[in-house]
Amino acid sequence: MNIYVLLKKTFDTEEKINVSNGEIEDDGAEFIINPYDEYAVEEAINQRDAHGGEVTVVTVGDEDSEKQLRTALAMGADKAVLINTEDDLEEGDAFTTAKILEAYFEDKEADLILGGNVAIDEASGQVGPRLAEYLGIPYVTTITDLKIEGENVTIEKDVEGDVEIVETSLPLLVTCQQGLNEPRYPSLPGIMKAKKKPLEELEIDDLDLDEDDVAAKTKTIDIFLPPEKEAGRVLEGDASEQVQELVSILKNDEKVL
Amino acid sequence: MNFELTKEQRMIKKMVRDFAEDSIRPKAIQIDKEARFPVEIFEQMAELGLMGIPFPEEYGGSDGDTLSYALAVEEIGRVCGSTGLSYAAAVSLGASPIYYFGTEEQKQKYLTPLANGKALGSFGLTEPNAGSDAGGTKTTAVEDGADYIINGEKCFITNASFAETIIVTAVTGKQSNGKNIISAIIVPADSEGLTITSNYDKMGVRGSDTAEIILDNVRVPKENLLGDPEKGFKQFLYTLDGGRISIAALGLGIAQASLEKALDYAKERKQFGKSISSFQAVQFKLADMSMEVELARNMVHKAAWLKDQDKPFSKEAAYAKLYATETAFRAANQAIQIHGGYGYMREYEVERYLRDAKLLEIGEGTSEIQRLVIARQLGC
Ligand SMILES: Cc1cc2nc3c(=O)[nH]c(=O)nc-3n(C[C@H](O)[C@H](O)[C@H](O)COP(=O)(O)OP(=O)(O)OC[C@H]3O[C@@H](n4cnc5c(N)ncnc54)[C@H](O)[C@@H]3O)c2cc1C
Ligand SMILES: Cc1cc2nc3c(=O)[nH]c(=O)nc-3n(C[C@H](O)[C@H](O)[C@H](O)COP(=O)(O)OP(=O)(O)OC[C@H]3O[C@@H](n4cnc5c(N)ncnc54)[C@H](O)[C@@H]3O)c2cc1C
Repeated sequence: MNIYVLLKKTFDTEEKINVSNGEIEDDGAEFIINPYDEYAVEEAINQRDAHGGEVTVVTVGDEDSEKQLRTALAMGADKAVLINTEDDLEEGDAFTTAKILEAYFEDKEADLILGGNVAIDEASGQVGPRLAEYLGIPYVTTITDLKIEGENVTIEKDVEGDVEIVETSLPLLVTCQQGLNEPRYPSLPGIMKAKKKPLEELEIDDLDLDEDDVAAKTKTIDIFLPPEKEAGRVLEGDASEQVQELVSILKNDEKVL
Repeated sequence: MNFELTKEQRMIKKMVRDFAEDSIRPKAIQIDKEARFPVEIFEQMAELGLMGIPFPEEYGGSDGDTLSYALAVEEIGRVCGSTGLSYAAAVSLGASPIYYFGTEEQKQKYLTPLANGKALGSFGLTEPNAGSDAGGTKTTAVEDGADYIINGEKCFITNASFAETIIVTAVTGKQSNGKNIISAIIVPADSEGLTITSNYDKMGVRGSDTAEIILDNVRVPKENLLGDPEKGFKQFLYTLDGGRISIAALGLGIAQASLEKALDYAKERKQFGKSISSFQAVQFKLADMSMEVELARNMVHKAAWLKDQDKPFSKEAAYAKLYATETAFRAANQAIQIHGGYGYMREYEVERYLRDAKLLEIGEGTSEIQRLVIARQLGC
């Protein structure tokens, strides 16, 4: 099977994030594989081990994305492709990424493409579905189980906490949700071997694309941190006094009643 | 000059940190409290290839370097000193001598299971009456046909109760100048006449197994002699030089953990209406801790780098061990101080850091012995 994983480098939202002049500061931010994409990598490796074939991890990013690709190779992926847009594009959005990927996949015979459900930085959740539309293949989002028998695929999909069972067929694109699997740690031998695995670097030019073909469809107006959580208030007095005070707060201060 | 870690080294550091955070940290308090050797953690570490980082693939290793290994020890030590000590001892003392000095056959037979983590190794040097003065070894190995017969007693031996092989040092003869010849011999832990007991009730590193070994007419084939029969003493001095880098890395991990805990706590804790981190007295402590941690890290990395470049590293390993372990003790002590009364309680972990750090100033050569090693290198 020809298996592809769409992988994005994101900053680690568990580390401190600084915003200045409407932009996230790169210096000091820790970068990781988008956590949902880790499920995709793990699933791709498991499906390859079960059905044979090859796993190729593809990212649209910059030079530093190599680290995340190498990590995926260390986990067990076979090949990696870095589509480096650093020199060509000032900004991009889900449209940009999906368009670039469409061009990349044009001459590939992908049986299965796996992506994360969303990227934790921008959380659009659109790249996967857009790409499937462009490629004219079916897609299922937020999957929590994937069974492949021949061309037939049975999927469990998370729908806001409930499970939907979907039957479909290859070729197929899925986006992965927490619960699908437990991503492995890259092992030491895996890390050492990753050094020798192929990592191809492309620019949009190599895909016969111009800056204009992929110009973002959206504009980012501002980026800001959520307001700091304020200390809670403990209401005092007996139950009826507390209820009265609560209702008064909801009415007068918070104006939600 | 380049202070950057390679991509692989950074990946290894991150992987070990993630693993340590997820799989070791939640158990660290319990491991200490119950003085339980965490066998299951060592199985997981074996699966990840951590037990064989500095050994080649052909012997079951991971083909990494000393620096990668030091990064791994630091990250494990950062969450659990007990696991860190047993890890460092298994690799640097249990397995490394076989890699450095073993014959091809010994490497295949004894190093492979240690490097791929199927078994643990131990190194028995210390005796009740020969600690710092390892030359005073009393254990003897006497030739008898094709075998050695070993008699003696070893104490404070890390991992011995869980080990499959123990490298034991013993007197095998006398040099022309009348000095004892001390050699290292590989002794399978299930040999007849070998008794291992671990009854020590320790101050720290309580989850690391520490055992006493009695050798009563233990018979092993002569081919189990490790390395040059005349140079046993030199060989284990070299082994200890390497081991010091790992103990230094462990100290660094504990110092790093102390700094992180103290800094987080100081920012959160309010007294006199302010965070205690706004008091200069607390700030200066944190500034010193942070500086010393970074200096220790530079020294550990340099010593490891020298070893990886096949350059002399004995003095630098002693610097690293001495400085990083004393930094660990100071940093843990200050972390407790910054935590006030809470720091004295097990739940806050910093008191454990202090107990664990204390061992590092004793094991694999006391701080005094490190100063002796350095002074000797200065030509004193
Ligand atoms: C938890 C633990 C794990 C250990 N693991 C191992 C192991 O796996 N394998 C192993 O072989 N050993 C191991 N040891 C033993 C350890 O290496 C020794 O305890 C250490 O070398 C010190 O020896 P000693 O305890 O006999 O102290 P001594 O040598 O009796 O030292 C007592 C004091 O005298 C000082 N001193 C001694 N000589 C001099 C000198 N010439 N100049 C100045 N001061 C001096 C020392 O620095 C120390 O302060 C372990 C010990 C512990 C506690
Ligand atoms: C075993 C034990 C027994 C105890 N017994 C008793 C008892 O019988 N009765 C009782 O009342 N209490 C008792 N205590 C409490 C003890 O007195 C307090 O723990 C101690 O006063 C420190 O207060 P704290 O723990 O709140 O630390 P904090 O006051 O929060 O101090 C934390 C750190 O901040 C530093 N700090 C705080 N303010 C400043 C400042 N302005 N400038 C510079 N540094 C500052 C402190 O020196 C310390 O390093 C006991 C504590 C323990 C551990």
